[in-house]
Amino acid sequence: MTTPTLVAPREVFGKTLLYMGRKDPRIVVLGADLNKSTGAWAFMQEFPGRSFDLGIAEQNMMSMAAGFAASGKIPVTTTFAVFGTGRPYDQIRLSIAQPRQNVKIVVTHAGLLTGEDGMSAESIEDIALMLALPGFTVAVPSDGPETDAVVRAVLTMEGPAFVRLPRAALPVIHRDGFSFRLGKAETMRPGDDVAIVACGALVAIALAAAEHLAREGVQARVVNLATLAPLDEEGLAQAARETGAVVTAEEHFIRGGLNSVVSQALAARAPVPVEAVALRSYGESGKPTELFEKYGLTPANIVAAAKRAIARKR
Amino acid sequence: MSELKDLIARSRWSATHASANGTAKVPPTVADLADIASVVRKNILVMTTAVNSGHPGGSLSATDALVTLYFKYLRYRPSEPAWPSRDRFVMSKAHASPVVYAVLAEAGFFPREELLTFRRIDSRIQGHTHIKTPGVEFSGGSLGQGLSFGLGIALAARLDGAAHRTWVMLGDGECDEGQVWEAAMSAAHYRVDNITAIVDRNNGQNDRHTNEAMGLEPFADKWRAFGWEAIECDGHDIASLAAAYDTALAVKGKPAIVIAKTVKGKGVSFMENNMAFHGKAATMDELRQAFDEIDAAMRRVAV
Repeated sequence: MTTPTLVAPREVFGKTLLYMGRKDPRIVVLGADLNKSTGAWAFMQEFPGRSFDLGIAEQNMMSMAAGFAASGKIPVTTTFAVFGTGRPYDQIRLSIAQPRQNVKIVVTHAGLLTGEDGMSAESIEDIALMLALPGFTVAVPSDGPETDAVVRAVLTMEGPAFVRLPRAALPVIHRDGFSFRLGKAETMRPGDDVAIVACGALVAIALAAAEHLAREGVQARVVNLATLAPLDEEGLAQAARETGAVVTAEEHFIRGGLNSVVSQALAARAPVPVEAVALRSYGESGKPTELFEKYGLTPANIVAAAKRAIARKR
Repeated sequence: MSELKDLIARSRWSATHASANGTAKVPPTVADLADIASVVRKNILVMTTAVNSGHPGGSLSATDALVTLYFKYLRYRPSEPAWPSRDRFVMSKAHASPVVYAVLAEAGFFPREELLTFRRIDSRIQGHTHIKTPGVEFSGGSLGQGLSFGLGIALAARLDGAAHRTWVMLGDGECDEGQVWEAAMSAAHYRVDNITAIVDRNNGQNDRHTNEAMGLEPFADKWRAFGWEAIECDGHDIASLAAAYDTALAVKGKPAIVIAKTVKGKGVSFMENNMAFHGKAATMDELRQAFDEIDAAMRRVAV
């Protein structure tokens, strides 16, 4: 197997934002001091009049974005995941979600991959928070090309949307120009013994786990669920019916994220054994690879979960 | 309920001016505005008593400031609430929704009879203001967010070269919220002068006097320190309010705020400065007494 190319989704976000900004003058960008880290800086340099650095004040940023949206602009708010979800959550709920303002929240530095800053910076609750808001689109791209597709999609759809990106570079697992549909589960690898449903950084790890399982004669289907809301319930049910066992894999706390929405959908539509690879506690400082190893976000853990799920089949 | 329907008041001004679109041929006089304010006060009381809930105290304190704004300053089209060139009014203290609805009804955005659906199932007029109501720009109900929202509108207007102005009403107790000061700082930073804030300085919040809950003074100086022009006025004197609004409108290169000194529950003796009526409606007997007091006050104005 060749060494995969590594691309940082936040850098892709910056380029796509600039590209879309050149095409659509309604796009305005709001940041909270971290613009050189999120990828928004290039847009802010080219379009200073459409860029608003609000300083370290995320609550103000979110309600202001709602005001821009109410005036026909397409505001994109960018900061780190912890500061773009939990910190201004009430503002997102009241100013954006309830009146369905057309605000796009793109956060970076989500999850354990944030690394050395430790647990305060490692957002492992943000998906749960955003999924709890009725009507919010929630997307977690798995690599650079998918980040480009997701950012284009949310900037051209109507309604509030949340995009979650990591700090680190991720292996490229999509071809440029691949066909992306917001709200649709994507089969990355065929297989009928078990379905591994993953999002974000865990999709590449799930593909590695599937390789390993194949060597043991187990054909694992890998499903990339880049859109958690709206949820492709039919796509998930089909994968569950055709494989009879499911593993979910995510860089998030086990409650309220991918495992929760997948389990909820399958319990109603296609009940099968579901095993989870997810975080069960807060993290700590360390290198991203060390953290993934220590906290169990590994191909080996996905392989073990797949075997457990298969063993539970009736 | 039918008795309450009969109690819904209407002003003589709107009876003779079909549309309040900022280009009214005959602008309202001070006496007209006082008449509208008395009608708005009555309808605040009727709608809250009808549903036995809502926030009359902070609605009555804001009445004169809002009536002066809506019938002397704001440009809007009641039949076209989304008219792009309309001035925007953001009610950040969204629990004082009765005054907003009573004013919007008087301005012609929806029938006065709809006020009796306030806080009831399937209504367009929600407990806290929500954009489903014609004429309402901002969905509020969690304090501290309206000034930020208004700032977004004002900066969007500046980007578009649009002439409309954004007005934001805040409560004084609301200014305990840190986000208000985030917004204040950023409005000054971006030198936003197409926004005007109004604070309903009624000295009351849910539990008690604002200065007992959290000291706000020196209040005007706080705004000045944050880069705003702060203008204080008598929030129950229409001429004083108009002079303050005119002064605020003339400020260039920085934002301006009008601190309207008001009385919570203004116009109804047993509600004035009585925190019990922050979030409690009058009984039917109290409602009749309140109407008598409002009518008596109007007769004094007429004399």
